[in-house]
Amino acid sequence: MLSDEIKSEIHCGISACPTRRCAILEALQIVQRHHGWVSEERLKAVAEFLGLTVEEVDGVATFYNRIYRKPVGRHIIFVCDSVSCWIMGFENILDHIQKRLGISFGETTSDGRFTLLPIQCLGACEQAPAIMIDGQLYGYLDRDKIEAILGGYE
Amino acid sequence: MERPLTKHITIGGDPLNLAEYEKVGGYEACRKSLRTLTPDNILQLVKDSNLRGRGGAGFPTGLKWSSMPSSQNSPRPRYLIADADEMEPGAFKDRILMEGNPHQLIEGLIICAYTVDTEIGYIFIRSEYTLAAERIRKAIGEAYEKGYLGFNIFGSGFNFELRLHVSSGRYICGEGTALANSIEGNRAVPRHKVPRQTESGLWGMPTLLNNVETLCNIPHIINNGSIWFKNLSKCKDGGTKIFGVSGKVKKPGAWELPMGTTIREILEEHAGGMLDGLKFRGTLPGGASTDFLVEQHLDVPMDYDSVQKAGSRFGTGTMIVLDDHTCPVGMVHNLESFFARESCGWCTPCREGLPWTAKVLKAIEDGKGEPGDIEILEFHIRALGPGRTFCALAPGAMEPLRSALKFFREDFDAHIKEKRCPWS
Ligand SMILES: Cc1cc2nc3c(=O)[nH]c(=O)nc-3n(C[C@H](O)[C@H](O)[C@H](O)COP(=O)(O)O)c2cc1C
Ligand code: SF4
Ligand code: FES
Repeated sequence: MLSDEIKSEIHCGISACPTRRCAILEALQIVQRHHGWVSEERLKAVAEFLGLTVEEVDGVATFYNRIYRKPVGRHIIFVCDSVSCWIMGFENILDHIQKRLGISFGETTSDGRFTLLPIQCLGACEQAPAIMIDGQLYGYLDRDKIEAILGGYE
Repeated sequence: MERPLTKHITIGGDPLNLAEYEKVGGYEACRKSLRTLTPDNILQLVKDSNLRGRGGAGFPTGLKWSSMPSSQNSPRPRYLIADADEMEPGAFKDRILMEGNPHQLIEGLIICAYTVDTEIGYIFIRSEYTLAAERIRKAIGEAYEKGYLGFNIFGSGFNFELRLHVSSGRYICGEGTALANSIEGNRAVPRHKVPRQTESGLWGMPTLLNNVETLCNIPHIINNGSIWFKNLSKCKDGGTKIFGVSGKVKKPGAWELPMGTTIREILEEHAGGMLDGLKFRGTLPGGASTDFLVEQHLDVPMDYDSVQKAGSRFGTGTMIVLDDHTCPVGMVHNLESFFARESCGWCTPCREGLPWTAKVLKAIEDGKGEPGDIEILEFHIRALGPGRTFCALAPGAMEPLRSALKFFREDFDAHIKEKRCPWS
């Protein structure tokens, strides 16, 4: 379930951890980097690899919104829905993206290209409304900019 | 006017690398501290500077540092954490500092670590700060290569390991004890505040937590002294502050200004005033979890005591502006939905009360409010107030709601009476 590459990355990550528990998040992040999300089987494999119970690992995995427990698309669009972006009209941006891609928050396009998720304040409120795609921040958005931005992701 | 924190930051440009940072005096404070100053010297300087924590609560930094137990007979290792989780809606100052000058933060951390005698440090950064993380990672690498991190720093015999910890989301992680749980690989729920983290923090060891901006001030205090630092400010709290403004102003942004600059000056001179056709109606002066201030407060100086006296909290010093064409009920609904989603779920009043609050606000906003709804909101303001919940998230969430009911009550009533949002 876990490739040798993943195992060795986790091994590297753990070296600085005083307990095995403290490696859980890093291990899940590594799995996610390789596979996009953390499946039930891989979560079990992580637990086994770290010598922890599945419940211990699952309890952590389900707490954090950046650990995905369902398949996601090739690119993840985070739309900031916090207060400054709300004032600056993020709802228009969201509406546009939703219509354009035919998906709502929590869904993935049928071609597996995009997953759309809400995110709390991206710390870019001076550039509101803001979104983030695969870790890249886009601010001062309007409908036209969205078109150009989405076109850059295959 | 001096701007020590942002002097070498170009927004949109590359940060200084280690060599460039040293050319403008970087790591001088660190060298001086480790070679010629004792931890007690530095502690006294920081106390005298009147630096207060920039993470939200404004706790005096020198006092916090001195609550670390003495090194003799102390369990080891001892930890130092930079809180770089910045998720308070409206706040973006730590991002600017980390993207703009990562070595300044690292230098502050080394000096702090030497002063309170910790051998392991973490920078706990939120996962969406990808650019900041990349730049910090690079800067840490440079500092190790040069021997400024690791063993026997500046030949002083002092050792310090620094790690970058990239988080996996959730606002509550920024709360100090939840953050410790998160690093340990637990669900990030807060812990009891007694004993304090300085006594028993990460893995039960003495642990000091400071905000990024707090730590970035340290090298400048060492270089220029506590009197210089106090003189930067217009009030008794020392230093400058990165103030931010978002909302419908002409030039949203952030500026390093003297502590104690008035709200009016920040809004009108730096943020350029309101967009044409709009009027100022109110502001959350220190981020989402602070009380609204309104027009009568425009001349309040932005410092901890003055903002508190005006009925709000200084918080992160990053203001969110409400204009006269935006619905205050809608805004508060947005805020409470955020807090409801981010409640960690550990204690009942917050876990149950915040979603209820958000639901009532949604009903009012959608024109489905009923006469008793205001009383339900008022009940929650009491039930989720200070001392009623396990941590400060829920009381913080009630601050904008409480003050909105005070200043914008007629808007709530109009929604309920007219059965619609007058703004939509
Ligand atoms: C829910 C919650 C979230 C917080 N988030 C942050 C944060 O993201 N960054 C931060 O520096 N402090 C945050 N704090 C405040 C910290 O708990 C702590 O007071 C602060 O980091 C201490 O540093 P300072 O003394 O340098 O201000 C948060 C507090 C609460 C209650
Ligand atoms: S107040 Fe909210 S965030 Fe804080 S411990 Fe209770 S449930 Fe968690
Ligand atoms: S509220 Fe959207 S970036 Fe801060």
